[in-house]
Amino acid sequence: MTPSPIKIRVQSEPFDLGAEVNAMSQGRTDIGAIASFVGLARDHNDGSGVSAMTLEHYPGMTEKALAALVDEAGARWSLLDVTVIHRVGRLLPGDPIVLVAVASSHRGEAFAASEFIMDALKTRAPFWKKEETPEGERWVEARASDDTAAERWDAP
Amino acid sequence: MNLRILYFARLRERFGAAEESIAFDGVSVADLIATLQARGGVWAEELAAGRAFRVAVNQDIVALDAAIPDGAEVAIFPPVTGG
Repeated sequence: MTPSPIKIRVQSEPFDLGAEVNAMSQGRTDIGAIASFVGLARDHNDGSGVSAMTLEHYPGMTEKALAALVDEAGARWSLLDVTVIHRVGRLLPGDPIVLVAVASSHRGEAFAASEFIMDALKTRAPFWKKEETPEGERWVEARASDDTAAERWDAP
Repeated sequence: MNLRILYFARLRERFGAAEESIAFDGVSVADLIATLQARGGVWAEELAAGRAFRVAVNQDIVALDAAIPDGAEVAIFPPVTGG
């Protein structure tokens, strides 16, 4: 089952966690749990300071890939609503990058589905980060630990 | 057939192009990669066997043995690093 009022957005503007979570439960009383995750831009990575990062994406495929992840989560768990927001463009340390919020009747499904969506997003959604460091600009390399995190959901 | 190819992130910078249209007479993604490798230079280097890159056909990530339909939008990019 796919939760009906899914919200998927790719945007340069910041998002408001409280407003997004409140919007999910507005006008309905069947939701028993909302789990949310916010990823932030760090001021350090791989031993260097990071003063800013720029997120590039593949317009069209990004939205399609995110919708596919959410569909998979909806097929796997009983979900009532999902919101995924990912920012693009230049971000500073402390800026929010990504929001995943999942509503369900009970907490177990909301926790599991939000973690699944984040793990899948990390390996399948076409975003790329370029960091500004004291040594110059560099593209972030994909991490093997992200593949491992995504693969654990493949187990039967 | 004619293909539109998009490049992203580090590969876009290395190849010096965000997109191009090419006439392609192969069948699979592997054929296309071989065609691009044959250009030599950064193309041979970045698309060499063992280098990490991903290929999407019509906006779905596919394996090297996938067929490319006529008029497809193909994208070649590094492993993703969002989130």
